[in-house]
Amino acid sequence: MSQHHHDHDHHHDHEHAHDHAHGHEHSPTQPDDKVHSYYQILGVALKELLIEKGVVTADEVRAAIEARDMITPAHGAKVVARAWVDPAFRERLMSNANVAVAELGFPMNTTELVALENTDDVHNVVVCTLCSCYPRELLGLPPSWYKSRDYRARIVREPREVLAEFGTSVSDSMELRVHDSTADLRYLVVPQRPTGAESLSEDELAALVTRDAMIGVATVRV
Amino acid sequence: MRGPNDVGGLEAGPVDPSTHELAFWEKQIDGLRGVIGAKRIVISHENRRTIEQLGHDVYERLSYYERWTASLQRQMVDKGILTQDEIDARVAQVRARLAATGELELSHEEEAKCR
Repeated sequence: MSQHHHDHDHHHDHEHAHDHAHGHEHSPTQPDDKVHSYYQILGVALKELLIEKGVVTADEVRAAIEARDMITPAHGAKVVARAWVDPAFRERLMSNANVAVAELGFPMNTTELVALENTDDVHNVVVCTLCSCYPRELLGLPPSWYKSRDYRARIVREPREVLAEFGTSVSDSMELRVHDSTADLRYLVVPQRPTGAESLSEDELAALVTRDAMIGVATVRV
Repeated sequence: MRGPNDVGGLEAGPVDPSTHELAFWEKQIDGLRGVIGAKRIVISHENRRTIEQLGHDVYERLSYYERWTASLQRQMVDKGILTQDEIDARVAQVRARLAATGELELSHEEEAKCR
């Protein structure tokens, strides 16, 4: 969806229709297209004041938003595909992920990164039970469900059931490891290379790797 | 005692796997918070602490980026970068501006939040 410039135009209809489609809660009695929460107004006020005081500039905020928009899960997918085709890189990724991802041009800003490799015997899945910590440098902004109370509460208690809700079956014979992220430590799941992908190029492999597979709620399929 | 953010292991419902793009205002807050963080004016641990201190009621009522906005306000006042009075005055101005362009129509619930 494109950005909607709420503070200039008045084209909210699509966005709110979208929200409703996904069950986000707005009181049904509210007019869909004219709702600004108090905090939206507060956000505008804070930004204006901070710019006027020279704490931030409008350009800096715009650049930060653009930089975030540039980061997609394709970055993480490149890391995974490289690990699949290059055993030496895989070794570096598993032993010092920060160094390995920086090699590919995706350095972590301030946090430690740990790569978690899925195998025939072990499946890894990542959560941040306390908030929303996530390897943004590799996957972009976390999806809504990753930040949701339901996911954060249940993935550590009944991970197989939650994975089943994502359509991912992990048999009882496999070890299922749930990793709880922190502000200082982020995780990237390296999914198993799918069978039937032997002839694919590195780029073609990367195209198969989804965000959900790198969080661990999905597997990679050809 | 569990803080409002400490939900790991609690009972909860099915995970809704659908995603939505961030709204414009959410991106603005994310970007603003990013710049404030990069300048080390408010580091992520401080942001986290303020969010955790919102209390159960507020934490559960607010959406993700509403919490970030509430946290930013608190941090700016605590650090003496902005005063609550100037924030309140600017909020009133922005509300008036949006009302004049016909963009402001708060629900009763939202009106309650404003008070």
